[in-house]
Amino acid sequence: MRLHSVLRTTTKLLMPPIMLFALYVQFHGDYGPGGGFQAGVIFAVAFILFTLIFGPVRARRVAPAWVTTPLCAAGVLLYAGVGLVTMALGGAYLDYDVLAHTPLHGQHLGILLVELGVGLTVWAVMVSIFLAFVGRDTGALADEADTDTDTGADTGAGDGHA
Amino acid sequence: MPAAAPGGRTDAAMEQIIDIVLLAFMVVVAIAMIRLRNLYAVVMLSGIYSLLSASMFVVLDAVDVAFTEAAVGAGIATVLMLGTLALTFREERPPKRRTPLLPLAVVVVTGAALVYGTLDMPHYGDPEAPIHQHVAPRYIADSPLEVGPPNMVTSVLASYRGYDTLGETTVIFTAGIAVLVLLSGVTRRRQRRRPARGDESREARR
Repeated sequence: MRLHSVLRTTTKLLMPPIMLFALYVQFHGDYGPGGGFQAGVIFAVAFILFTLIFGPVRARRVAPAWVTTPLCAAGVLLYAGVGLVTMALGGAYLDYDVLAHTPLHGQHLGILLVELGVGLTVWAVMVSIFLAFVGRDTGALADEADTDTDTGADTGAGDGHA
Repeated sequence: MPAAAPGGRTDAAMEQIIDIVLLAFMVVVAIAMIRLRNLYAVVMLSGIYSLLSASMFVVLDAVDVAFTEAAVGAGIATVLMLGTLALTFREERPPKRRTPLLPLAVVVVTGAALVYGTLDMPHYGDPEAPIHQHVAPRYIADSPLEVGPPNMVTSVLASYRGYDTLGETTVIFTAGIAVLVLLSGVTRRRQRRRPARGDESREARR
């Protein structure tokens, strides 16, 4: 992948808009189509594109395991935590009305936090799974005898997107 | 979200033509996926199938679902399948020759039962259908006052059905952790027993 300068340059150009679009989908989900789930997937796509072109080693430097694995749980905990906070404030579990001074503002804040939790978990899980697949291949199968299955996830998948 | 079909008869006819074309494409892609033995092509076709069903959801005015289907089905799932193929084989083994009569009978009976079941269902896009009379009118009437966001899908997902979405997020978390544990376990075992790895990897593939 060292010589594919067109792919590398295009990736560098595409990554910021993809991530910006993911953030837009995340935080504009109240007003247009979208939400945490789609935003998490789109944000993960930026990292997957990076991995396909620049390889799993450099991708792991951007998203190391000690970041992605805890974030898988952090999203769910944020979601469930919002429910606990509403209970502590005197409402029912996940009843966002009590989060702010008016019910509508409370609902808005609650939905924002909950969607953020969904987005975090989805992003972390997608990136972790993909990097686990790719990382496993480069380490374990590099000197495998049968070379036809040995082209590697980054080259194999990269061909499909080239 | 129910399809809020605007416009007159020409729009409805146009929509019907688009529906038929999309469904025809989906049938063609599905048959091609069954016939092909090259798994690489099958993965690509399944991405196309997801994209077609996403277009189908757009026609139904369910843009949120279409968005998810396009991002997950056509995007992430295809990439993950390609990653799996890189670890296993690219060709499907030819099936063992058996008489196809029993499977054919099972499929025909099941299909006939399903078609018989749909005869009782309301017509496609019928505004009087029970699903449009149950809780949907309440959401449409009250969610701007109770929850606020103009996108009612978000209101339903995150507020009215907050428990469901919490459950879904937990499912994603659990599935992700399970896959990570499976993959990392195999890697560690392989590294420990380097000499015997050839046999073991063949076992792992089965």
